[in-house]
Amino acid sequence: MYNFEFAKPKTVEEAASAMAAEGAQALGGGQTLLPTMKQRLASPEVLVSMTGIESMVGVAVRGDTLTIGGATTHAQVAADAADLYPGLAALAANIGDPAVRNRGTIGGSLANNDPAACYPAGALGSGATITTNTRDIAADDYFQGMFETALDEDEIITSVSFPIPEKANYQKFDQPASRFALVGVFVAKTADGVRVAVTGASNEGVYRWTEAETALSASFSEGALESMSGNLDDMIADLHGSASYRAHLVGVLTRRAVAACG
Amino acid sequence: MPTITMNVNGTAVSANVENRTVLSAALREELGLTGTHIGCDTSQCGACVVHVNGKAVKACTMFAVEANGADVDTIEGQAHVDGSLNVIQQAFQDHHGLQCGFCTPGMIMSAAALLKENPKPTEAEVRDYLEGNICRCTGYQGIVNAIMAASGQTPAIAAE
Ligand SMILES: Cc1cc2nc3c(=O)[nH]c(=O)nc-3n(C[C@H](O)[C@H](O)[C@H](O)COP(=O)(O)OP(=O)(O)OC[C@H]3O[C@@H](n4cnc5c(N)ncnc54)[C@H](O)[C@@H]3O)c2cc1C
Ligand code: FES
Ligand code: FES
Repeated sequence: MYNFEFAKPKTVEEAASAMAAEGAQALGGGQTLLPTMKQRLASPEVLVSMTGIESMVGVAVRGDTLTIGGATTHAQVAADAADLYPGLAALAANIGDPAVRNRGTIGGSLANNDPAACYPAGALGSGATITTNTRDIAADDYFQGMFETALDEDEIITSVSFPIPEKANYQKFDQPASRFALVGVFVAKTADGVRVAVTGASNEGVYRWTEAETALSASFSEGALESMSGNLDDMIADLHGSASYRAHLVGVLTRRAVAACG
Repeated sequence: MPTITMNVNGTAVSANVENRTVLSAALREELGLTGTHIGCDTSQCGACVVHVNGKAVKACTMFAVEANGADVDTIEGQAHVDGSLNVIQQAFQDHHGLQCGFCTPGMIMSAAALLKENPKPTEAEVRDYLEGNICRCTGYQGIVNAIMAASGQTPAIAAE
């Protein structure tokens, strides 16, 4: 790994000015970035640590919106959101393994937008808003394909706000070697209808399964989905699963998520 | 080079590290604490698990500068001051929780973190918590038995 300058700011303002430097990059929990740097696939000149910024750590609820600081670890979300938004807390509680959850952050996960990551499904499925040091971005506009997001290079995710749905559930089909999702489906039922977000399945990264949303908004039941499965054309095919296997899992996991919502 | 100070196993220490030095390298190479093992160096195997401010982390996937000012607990601090094994270590010995021993420091540190959070885990909870700790030798049953025994419970399948 190449060496770098290290900055540990205490405020978002300090972090934003550190990020303006040539070759600067944000460091969350490092669970993705650090291995990438070891492989020299990333070689930032300056790393700006997010985890010392107090205003970016924690879980708070106002009305029916849950706001999570951008540098909050998965473990903290699993614990602190358990009563406030159980569907999302359960998602966080099942990311990777305990040591990964003690370091990895929501901001890092959403900035990375790994096509098999869990939080992108939670954010898109909930219709969350990603707040940065400069603007608010709706989840529907934020995710732009595998590892692609609406973020500018020096933009910092300071928090993420989730409207708390009536019911929600995330079903992750584990890929046991990577501990990511082979396929994961997040279902949220709100007063305005149902949202279904799918991760791990599509070459385009996380997406909303609109056919299932329409069917579930009409009738929130497993039966409403009958034998529906994901759209074969977009599915990832690799040594862990064929396109048709993944398309099948999309249907099965969506039905399981609906069943788990009760 | 930045100087970091940490409270390692209850003793204040300082070390000169590069920004890019990972915590596992700082512990092993700067402080001579080679009980923390490096298996994969890619955050997969858990051989390097230590506690930072009481939380289990993979020391190969954290920069040492990020541990500046932190309490760090490693396998070297687990035995009692008189050198006798703590309850988890003793249970690993008694229940065949190790063969080659390479994964053992990480297993013990993960087990310690689990039992602090959940003093009476079920066998399923033990297995779930050890998801990030890989053992090539034991087949895990001895490890699970050891952790059940360390928590004061009778292992479901008693080791011969
Ligand atoms: C063994 C293992 C298993 C895993 N399993 C899963 C899983 O099941 N599901 C899952 O979803 N994830 C999984 N992960 C990934 C994990 O959740 C990571 O923690 C996460 O993807 C990255 O978060 P981080 O805080 O570690 O970010 P880093 O690694 O620090 O950063 C990742 C990227 O985000 C950028 N970044 C970080 N913070 C911010 C911020 N606040 N604003 C803007 N940009 C930022 C960085 O510059 C970098 O580009 C796993 C990882 C490992 C090692
Ligand atoms: S050496 Fe750190 S997880 Fe394998
Ligand atoms: S005892 Fe050999 S790897 Fe676990």
